[in-house]
Amino acid sequence: MSDKKVILYTTPTCVFCKSVKEYFDDNKIKYETVDLVENRDRVQEMVDKSGQMGVPVIDAGGEIVVGFDKAKLDSIFAK
Amino acid sequence: MSKVYDLIIIGAGPAGMTAGVYAARKKLKTLIIAKDIGGQASWSSDIENYLGFSMITGPDLVKKFEDHLEEFKDDVELRLSISGVTKISKKAKNFSVVMGDGKKEEAKAIIIAGGKVPRDLGVKGEKEFLNKGVAYCAWCDGPLFKGKDVAIIGGGNSALDAALNISKLVKQIFIVNLTPELTGDPVMIDKVKALPHIRIMNDMEVVEIEGERLVEKIRIKSRDGGLQKDLPVSGVFIEVGSLPATEYLDGLVKLNKDNEIVIDEYNSTTQEGIYAAGDITTVVEKQIITAAGEGAKAAIQASIYLAKK
Repeated sequence: MSDKKVILYTTPTCVFCKSVKEYFDDNKIKYETVDLVENRDRVQEMVDKSGQMGVPVIDAGGEIVVGFDKAKLDSIFAK
Repeated sequence: MSKVYDLIIIGAGPAGMTAGVYAARKKLKTLIIAKDIGGQASWSSDIENYLGFSMITGPDLVKKFEDHLEEFKDDVELRLSISGVTKISKKAKNFSVVMGDGKKEEAKAIIIAGGKVPRDLGVKGEKEFLNKGVAYCAWCDGPLFKGKDVAIIGGGNSALDAALNISKLVKQIFIVNLTPELTGDPVMIDKVKALPHIRIMNDMEVVEIEGERLVEKIRIKSRDGGLQKDLPVSGVFIEVGSLPATEYLDGLVKLNKDNEIVIDEYNSTTQEGIYAAGDITTVVEKQIITAAGEGAKAAIQASIYLAKK
């Protein structure tokens, strides 16, 4: 599987973040979770990367995915 | 030429997924087309009135529905389409269903269970700042506004629920309400009024949402036009109710004045072969448990129709 460094920006109430986590687990993709409520100082980092404030945001080795975009995740991790 | 399904179900909320399970048990070759899984149910925080679960969150209940439906995957295909269905038309024998990306599918019968979508305000800046400070789900997006000033637009139960939901997180809440008084349940109004950092602005409407990259302020004015002012906020939660997702159905099935699909006790619409279920219809109560029941009824009726065909 991919050796990209993967960061998932999330909040405790985000529905689609759960879908992303399941996707990563199913595909045995390792990732770091950043809970933005616990880590207020990293909200700006997420906004800078994605240009918006919705979660989930995934940073897969510099490639940014907003939302649970399965087709895009498939194309990134199939590489 | 793509194959012809027995049944196409539009929507994968409680009504659509229950219809899917019932259709599979009748061995109908079924396609479910949906923008997302769960619909409004997946935004619910705590559900305490779905039988069998004294308390379950919306996402957990939706996952259980999805797992149940998955058991019937040989008969029921679930397809997510971000652009959604944009047209249904009647052909000689079947119905043609067109999606926003131009793809087409065909079926002998249809169940429309597309639910409701949040109503928008229709003001300048609303679309531009979506997910850049503008949100329609306080429960989902509220935590991102911890320590900030936010505005909630609306004065009914959903607006009050949003205020209570995020009150512990944010610094200051402005409720901008179009009517002279809040219109939610008295118990909720009392709870909201008791919050220490709330300002209720009745008889006011939003004119514009402004900012550079993200929302920075909203301009509001009094309904008599006498007062106009700017509120500096980082977040705007729009909670002004929901609308049935029926704009593409006009002329095909009868809608009522609220644009809900008119159905009878058999979930039949005015177009033979098209059934409807859940919040998108004229059914009186809009609950998860009633939507599920309506989905079951619609699928049974569709199977009876197909057996006669």
